[in-house]
Amino acid sequence: MRVTTDTGRCVGAGQCVLAAPEVFDQDDDGTVALLTDSPPDEEHENVLEAVQRCPSLSIALGGA
Amino acid sequence: MKDLKTAGQATDLPEFPMQRACPYEPPEGYAALREQSPLTVVTLFDGRPAWVVTSHALARELFTDERLSSDWTNPRFPVTSPARGALQKHNVMVGMDRPEHGHYRKMVIPSFTVKRMNRLRPRLQAIVDERLDAMLAAGPPADFVESVAVPVPSIAICELLGVPYADHEYFESETRKLVIRTSGEIAASALANLRAYLDKLIAVKEAEPGEGLVDDLIADQLHQGRIDRETLVKLCTIMLTAGHETTANVISLGLLALLRHPEQFDALRDDPDLVPGAVEEMLRYLSIAEVVSRVATADFEVHGRRIRAGDAVFFTNSAVNRDPDAFPDPDVFDVRRAPRLHTGFGYGVHQCVGQNLARAELDIVFRAVATRLPRGLRLAVPFEEVKAKGPAGPQGIIDLPLTW
Ligand code: HEM
Ligand code: SF4
Repeated sequence: MRVTTDTGRCVGAGQCVLAAPEVFDQDDDGTVALLTDSPPDEEHENVLEAVQRCPSLSIALGGA
Repeated sequence: MKDLKTAGQATDLPEFPMQRACPYEPPEGYAALREQSPLTVVTLFDGRPAWVVTSHALARELFTDERLSSDWTNPRFPVTSPARGALQKHNVMVGMDRPEHGHYRKMVIPSFTVKRMNRLRPRLQAIVDERLDAMLAAGPPADFVESVAVPVPSIAICELLGVPYADHEYFESETRKLVIRTSGEIAASALANLRAYLDKLIAVKEAEPGEGLVDDLIADQLHQGRIDRETLVKLCTIMLTAGHETTANVISLGLLALLRHPEQFDALRDDPDLVPGAVEEMLRYLSIAEVVSRVATADFEVHGRRIRAGDAVFFTNSAVNRDPDAFPDPDVFDVRRAPRLHTGFGYGVHQCVGQNLARAELDIVFRAVATRLPRGLRLAVPFEEVKAKGPAGPQGIIDLPLTW
């Protein structure tokens, strides 16, 4: 699983941090910051939740 | 295919918004609207027909559809009561579309990150403890709205913004006049008063800077020419009003819902770690931001209906969050449900900027309610006497008399 984020779209709601704190953080400016772009298997469910919760559709998943 | 005109020709269109019969239940008519169609037609106080979204899936789709605009200056932007008109010029951030919206949103989000809210928790805990101590020390009866539900978020947002809490009676009562919207004149004068208050505060802070988001905005935005003074006043007014009145409603209605569902209250008392999930359930079940408004800016088809530019579209969160396709047994208040995809804070780019402050406040309040309030806690008046606020603004109750 590859994760990409669009900091230009991000509205800093922090839903991704709540869903997957091992994968997502927020910079000091409030926008999303990736802690890793290839999270381990056990994080996949949380990352999928973050994708669903993100209100600005700023998180995308790619292939392996 | 039906558009608003053809669908709106029926003579018996339901009026919108509807009044809650029970303070924590959606108006009874909203489920019937959803059963008809995820997108139905209603009529507003001024006779204008409008679309209403009641399904969860469709709400998530349309909340992120940029053909639905938040631009309050659009003359077709719909209002749900005569008093809403006063707000229309008050259009910073919440009443703007991308990309302008993002310009202002970026000025405030650094103050509301999950990390910042975690750092605030010890202070929030102290505020909650102090208010509960005072209520318990004074003894029964107590009005939970006045002793806890309003002051906790109000003190918190004051400290975050750098607004003196000593002024709370003034801005709380003006905010109430603004959101309860009994008449257009009252709402307009309340808004003017709040703006004048913040304008003066900004002047004081320019001469003598303090600590808080208002001070940061003066130094980093106003004095750098990134925002003009009038816009800054509007932005601060929105942060102050949205920052206390909303959370206060969830605190008071949440406790009322717990008192009415004693087995759920006991579950929290037995395991306070259920509180974060219970807070999400309250946001879903209570849906205090019942109605969110948009105006269409293009013609498009959705769900077999034709939306046209200029049409009014309302998201009815209390119906959306009781959609059985998204939440099994939606009318059951279940603190273990811990719903993740409710629209209690909205969805799309306007999703509540203060949501993680609200979550932290609610978590600390309901942990304290579960662990510190006596088991004998109960309503001091018959339930029927607890009255819901009117349909146009945030949902809540005026007072919550308790005894123990
Ligand atoms: C539990 C309490 C709260 C609820 C239920 C709530 C609900 C909402 C909802 C539904 C929206 C979306 C409006 C729209 O889409 O047009 C919103 C936006 C907003 N909320 Fe909250 N809110 C709460 C607490 C707060 C707090 C504590 C603050 C302040 C710090 C706040 C500030 C705002 C602001 C500034 C916006 C506009 C954001 C934007 O347009 O980007 N809210 N809120
Ligand atoms: S959930 Fe989306 S909008 Fe919110 S901080 Fe994360 S990426 Fe940004």
